[in-house]
Amino acid sequence: MSTVTLASKRRRSALRTLAFLSPWLIGFAVFFAYPMISTVYFSFMHYDGFKPPTWSGTKNWTYVFEHYPLFWPALRNTLWLVVIMVSLRVLFGLGIGLLITKIKTGTGVFRTLFYLPYLAPPVAATMAFAFLLNPGTGPVNSLLEKVGIPAPGWFNDPNWSKPGLTLMFLWGIGDLMVIFMAALLDVPKEQYEAAELDGTSAWQRFRFVTLPNIAPIIMFAVVTGVIQAMQAYTQPLVAGKVASGVIQGAGTIFEPGYPEHSTLTLPQLVYNLGFQRFDYGSACVVALVLFTLSMAFTALLMRRRGGLIQAGD
Amino acid sequence: MPGMSRKVALALAATASLTLLATACTGQSQSAASDDTSKETTLNFWHAWSAPGEVAAVKALVAGFEKAHPNIHVNVVDNMTDDKINQALRAGGDKAPDVISSFTTTNVGRFCSSGALVDLNPFFKKDKIDPETTFPKAMNEYTQYGGDRCAVPLLGDAYGLYYNKTAFEKAGIAAPPKTWSEFEADAKKLTITQGNTYKQLGLMPDYHGWETTTEHYLGQFSPTYFDSSGKSNVAKDPAFAQAFTLQKKLVDELGGYKKLETYRATLGDEWGAKHPFHTGQVAMQLDGEWRLGMALDTKPKFEIGVAPLPVPDDQADTYGKGYITGTIAGVAATSKKQNAAWELVKYMTTDTDAVVNFSNAIHNVPSTLAALKSPKLKFDPRFKTFLDIAANPNSTTAPASINGGTYLTTIQQLGFDYESGKVKDLKAGLEKAAQQIDTDIAQAK
Repeated sequence: MSTVTLASKRRRSALRTLAFLSPWLIGFAVFFAYPMISTVYFSFMHYDGFKPPTWSGTKNWTYVFEHYPLFWPALRNTLWLVVIMVSLRVLFGLGIGLLITKIKTGTGVFRTLFYLPYLAPPVAATMAFAFLLNPGTGPVNSLLEKVGIPAPGWFNDPNWSKPGLTLMFLWGIGDLMVIFMAALLDVPKEQYEAAELDGTSAWQRFRFVTLPNIAPIIMFAVVTGVIQAMQAYTQPLVAGKVASGVIQGAGTIFEPGYPEHSTLTLPQLVYNLGFQRFDYGSACVVALVLFTLSMAFTALLMRRRGGLIQAGD
Repeated sequence: MPGMSRKVALALAATASLTLLATACTGQSQSAASDDTSKETTLNFWHAWSAPGEVAAVKALVAGFEKAHPNIHVNVVDNMTDDKINQALRAGGDKAPDVISSFTTTNVGRFCSSGALVDLNPFFKKDKIDPETTFPKAMNEYTQYGGDRCAVPLLGDAYGLYYNKTAFEKAGIAAPPKTWSEFEADAKKLTITQGNTYKQLGLMPDYHGWETTTEHYLGQFSPTYFDSSGKSNVAKDPAFAQAFTLQKKLVDELGGYKKLETYRATLGDEWGAKHPFHTGQVAMQLDGEWRLGMALDTKPKFEIGVAPLPVPDDQADTYGKGYITGTIAGVAATSKKQNAAWELVKYMTTDTDAVVNFSNAIHNVPSTLAALKSPKLKFDPRFKTFLDIAANPNSTTAPASINGGTYLTTIQQLGFDYESGKVKDLKAGLEKAAQQIDTDIAQAK
């Protein structure tokens, strides 16, 4: 009798737990598990959105990896943004955060000035940058020419388009500045005082006091930065379109990543394959590559040895 | 173990149910041309026009239909691009369109092969309308795929040559060029360099020069994009190599790719008032019929001339032709009112007065042979050039393909690579492009 009561209590407790968890479970199932399983499923199917899907084995995978000429350039560009742009953004965000926390007067003004660009709508900001960096008529190149510096082609030059995008992402550093500033202000003052008493230099204080304290925040900035870079779509697309001078609208042909594919990213391929070519199977393959890469980068950064999180953090 | 089996079974069941759910979301087309057109019906019509004047013109066109068919009402939805239309065609339902129109003629192959739009051949036959004698040849061609006529032309675009008459006079050129060698000579004569840039460029020949795209140039060379088995003809038809070679020669003669691209970056965009043809920075421009109105609106300081685009010297007898594209209309396979939907499509695309009035309102080229000759057409005398290009049986188009305009993107990419010097061996480039086109088509099948 007592065993039955215990079992029934446990069952009730489990049901109660399940009931409390159900909002999350439903959200997880609908917004993650179902799309994830569907993506894997459709990556092995031939599906154009109209006719019922048919099994195609590894055809979509072979097509994307071996025959789709845009996949490798888009992957290279995405990885470039992940490695170069994310690193520079974290360094720049940390630098601005340090600077802002040191300023004695006008802190509010500087905080606002550095944060405001982050609020600019991506399309408008990209169009403004394309105008500023126009190699022929843009004020940036006019200035560079006046001071005798060779002016780059920016979004019209395949070698300069990604640095141009990076420059734009650095301009919108407000998000990282805010979190780094909060982290830096949170470092206990006593630790700095103790380090000073030990006769440490400014660099040693940064290296052995500041850095260990803000490491989890750097980790957060890098992981979210990697995911954002993996999802880079709007800015590279708009920059390429504006610089090419050919506005893509209904009836025009998709031009991948002007100039010379240099602004093409994996999310653009997902859109092109899925919603312009209606090859949902291949689009799912690219989406899975994106997912795998995001997971791999996150796992790499979060590993205990050699990653950004050290034992004890 | 029994516990483990239950868990495995549960996991499998969950996966299977999610998979089934995934497959359940796929659309199915169905035949539903059994509605009675004499009964009260409301149709949904989705189109892509978005400018206020164009939207008003579509409403006027539909109002004409409703007057002629008092029992059929039309709910018009504007600014619908192909991706939105495709989603709706797939989903179906009461709010989905019964009739659609799209600007992307290259998507016809996909609309037909997927079964998203119904084959209209039985409707044409039933109403004794012969598409061959109703529509211009090129328009008739781009509205069908593999014998399936799932679309009908709803006005068209014809491409020709705009030229600055004042600049022509100054350069001592009496008439617009008719052959490619004349075109080349005139472009050079009209080009005035200024240091490392240009005071006036005869023509922006680059494939990024707004409408000087690969397929628009190729239209003058009358290429055959696919052979009878549906394989790419890019490497076999000499028209492709000829077109790429002549364009590259023009690029090199006018200053080279780098200099031209640097200059292009300083010029206004295609749809703005500062388009380089409007400002006089470029003396000749390959463009569609809409450019005339746009250029006149900016009150240019020169006289605008319009002519067909020159043809290769060995095809001089075909001068007058041009590249043709346009808007298409079709009936959704998911529509339960396909007979009523056909009535709307038939009215919009084959009723001469309706086509003429619509053309007068939005300044596109009429899409029936009767409308092209209609005395009710109102136009600037220069617009006549485009009407003639549209009616010319030698005019060409890019054929419908199962994967839409993907093959054109491949050809376009070869163009970019060849004009920039990235691809030096044209023959090898054409062969690689042909192989890529065939692979992409096989992937879509």
